[in-house]
Amino acid sequence: MGGLADAAARRSRTNPAAVVAVAALCVILVLTWLGPWISPNNSQTLDWLHIAARPGMQSSHWFGTDRLGRDLFVRTLAGTRVSIAIGLAASIISLLVGVSYGAIAGYIGGRADHLMMRLIEILSGLPLIFFVIFLTVIFGRSEYLLFFAIGAVGWLTMARIVRGQALSIRQREFIEAAIASGAGTGRIILRHVVPNVIGPVIVYATLTVPQIILFESFLSFLGLGIQEPGASLGTLIAEGAGEMEAAPWILLVPGSFLAVLLLCLNIFGDGLRDALDVKDG
Amino acid sequence: MVPTLSVDRLRISFSHRTGIIEAVDGVSFSIAPSECVGLVGESGSGKTQIFMAAMGLLDGNAQVSGSVRFEGNELLRVDGPTLNRVRGSQLTMIFQDPMTSLTPHLTVGTQLAEVMVTHLGMPWKDARSFAGRMLERVHVPEPKRRLTQYPHELSGGMRQRVMIAMSLLCEPSLVIADEPTTALDVTIQAQIIELLRAVRGEFGMALVLISHDLAVVAGLADRILVMYAGSVVENAITGELFKHPRHPYTAELLKCMPSVTGPRLDRLPTLAGQPPRPGEVLEACPFAPRCPRAADRCRVERPQLEGSSTSQVACHFPLTA
Amino acid sequence: MNNIVLRVRDLRVDFGAHAVIRGVSFDLCSGETLSLVGESGSGKSTLARAILRLLQPAQGSAEFLGVDLLRCPPAVLRAQRRGLQIVFQDALASLDPRMTVGESIGEPLRIFEPGLNAGARQLKVRDMLERVGLSPEMTGRYPHEFSGGQCQRIGIARAMILSPKLLICDEIVSSLDVSVQGQIVNLLLDLQDAGMAVLFISHNLAVVRHLSHRVLVMYLGKLVEIAPCDALFESPVHPYTRALLAAVPRMPHAAAAAAPAAPGELAAPDLMASGCAFRDRCPYALPVCESSDPPLLEVAPGHWAACHRSQETLNPLSFVA
Repeated sequence: MGGLADAAARRSRTNPAAVVAVAALCVILVLTWLGPWISPNNSQTLDWLHIAARPGMQSSHWFGTDRLGRDLFVRTLAGTRVSIAIGLAASIISLLVGVSYGAIAGYIGGRADHLMMRLIEILSGLPLIFFVIFLTVIFGRSEYLLFFAIGAVGWLTMARIVRGQALSIRQREFIEAAIASGAGTGRIILRHVVPNVIGPVIVYATLTVPQIILFESFLSFLGLGIQEPGASLGTLIAEGAGEMEAAPWILLVPGSFLAVLLLCLNIFGDGLRDALDVKDG
Repeated sequence: MVPTLSVDRLRISFSHRTGIIEAVDGVSFSIAPSECVGLVGESGSGKTQIFMAAMGLLDGNAQVSGSVRFEGNELLRVDGPTLNRVRGSQLTMIFQDPMTSLTPHLTVGTQLAEVMVTHLGMPWKDARSFAGRMLERVHVPEPKRRLTQYPHELSGGMRQRVMIAMSLLCEPSLVIADEPTTALDVTIQAQIIELLRAVRGEFGMALVLISHDLAVVAGLADRILVMYAGSVVENAITGELFKHPRHPYTAELLKCMPSVTGPRLDRLPTLAGQPPRPGEVLEACPFAPRCPRAADRCRVERPQLEGSSTSQVACHFPLTA
Repeated sequence: MNNIVLRVRDLRVDFGAHAVIRGVSFDLCSGETLSLVGESGSGKSTLARAILRLLQPAQGSAEFLGVDLLRCPPAVLRAQRRGLQIVFQDALASLDPRMTVGESIGEPLRIFEPGLNAGARQLKVRDMLERVGLSPEMTGRYPHEFSGGQCQRIGIARAMILSPKLLICDEIVSSLDVSVQGQIVNLLLDLQDAGMAVLFISHNLAVVRHLSHRVLVMYLGKLVEIAPCDALFESPVHPYTRALLAAVPRMPHAAAAAAPAAPGELAAPDLMASGCAFRDRCPYALPVCESSDPPLLEVAPGHWAACHRSQETLNPLSFVA
């Protein structure tokens, strides 16, 4: 894996957009985790003196406040934190499940692969939003439900990608050499197939994080996910949408954060793909 | 008499992310009309790059200096359309891998006819029948049927014959054959070498035969150039080269080639080390690290190609007859 | 000779409707180097893979030290692999690009000697690297950092680390420079511990000549000649063997070929309904060759050939085409 990291580092140096994106991401990450300590405010306090206050440096509310007087800066940071956490956690789970599933299906092939792929196709066919709404009706709104919904679909495309990669790796001569050396199926999948599909997988994973964040925001926007007083970028945007005419910053602040976050993640993912492609070629 | 091909101080380097890589390092030689020249070298010798430069087929990141003249006209740094006046008609190339050098989705007949339609302005119908006749001349069985077939339907040997036919259609002055038999079986290789010999007799063009196999080249070439790490180290007429090799590399190469005749050996003769990879920093004489005769002068001063018209060598301490 | 390490009987491999290996039988003794020669389409590489059960043969047996590799349960097969190793033609491709060279060489140890701790394993890997002529410091490098010849040494190191009883070499020198080929062959000769049998697959007759005790010649999936090395090269019996030897390009000072090279190409597989596979290209074919496939018969002690005219070819003076 050392070779991968070296290639990635070297390439990043020649890709300024990716470097900027990574820097911006770092700034956002640092802010979201340290932010609450910087600002004198906290996300729950209702400041009756500054209801729907404009952003500015004069008060302690740098990004303004919302309809209930809560500091938008801290609230947005909290929301970003939640969105990133969900995005990362869900991506990691879909990575683990998707890679295992796809590697096994692709390497073993034959009937097992056939069955496994049919299962994926069935799951892909489910209309997701209706599914989530259905579950919400039954189990009520909760963050865990959100998680489950995202997890249920996040791994599907990953599995497909990994399976395709595993199919082509299977033909390569070093796999034959490993079999001839006496390696069993488990060892081959774990030590030979998976490390060789990691390149595209990592890239895809970094690109699923923004997708998941967006999806979660969408669900929360619809009222199906995170609920008050918890915040995610989605709920904040939903609130802001309601106040668009009178207090546009309530929408713009979380909205810009989301946009920047997604943009940086996408650029970073693209840059990573370029960096790893050169080595893979 | 204008030489058919004249290469003067040709230098080719490639810019790579790790730096500049010298592939060809100041090569000069010329090919007379109807002469057959063998160009022998191992990996990293640069032998193919010289002719890729002549044909304008080098990668975009290549930097070329020096001159390559075809019948007096400069080929380097010339634009596509100008090059196309001779490329494919007067100056043709046969590539190593017949699998990949023919267009897979066009029939053999179309690809052959296209050459004449483009270069000679022949009408398609005439071009196709001419192509059929040419296939006969290169001994392709059932030539009419082959015209309608696709490359993947032909065997390797047959595809190579088609390539040879294609290179001869416009009666070129120079045909460059880049490892034409390397990808073929030994029995087919023998046939192709025979074919090249016959074709040379019939058409009288100059022929460059690039190969890593001295034995393949020995049967056809009037003169042989031996290349190592981007330079010509020896340039001699065939008989002389084999009887009295003057460069230590040539001598070692000859020794390293095991033969099917002659006594059995307990161990194969070999040369220590390996040919330098393109871009590796070299001693003054590129062969010095592996040369059994290397002395201090070899590591400091680069030997130049010197000698008579029948035999030239780039070595401070060449072998004597 | 002594014990038989590998006994192959009536091996048959089909790719769909097409028979790639059509009934091959031979023995390999401990300490013996047996070469398998043939051109493309002969099935020699397929034979290696069939013996190792990397693909499933249609019929036949391959007994390795008494265990039939083609019929035993997978767990037994995997256990047997310890003693039966292979080195591939494309050395770079046979190494996992994401594993260091040290990890690749050490993998057989991880599989078969799991009790060995990391330190002991590293020691063995470094020792092996040294034995194949590479620096032990290189364990942390990746395959793409090495040259073709070096990768081949790494492949050999991996195959040899468990001291196998049988080593299959599939065209291991074909993609190497001539000056490096000798190094690899000599390495093999050096590493061949007492008792290790080698099945050396190659199309390069010259290398085979110096390496083998016995030679098997394959054509289109069948063995056409089996002979001790000297006998094969001095008095080949089967017309295909003679054509093969004649086709090898000779150096100018070497003796000229005695027999005519084989004209034509490999016949299309569907023509192999009856009769001798070589008849279309054989200069000595008779009507009987069309109807009856000649069996492999012993024409001299230890020398077998599958040709209806083998009694005649043994004595070239009386041979009239």
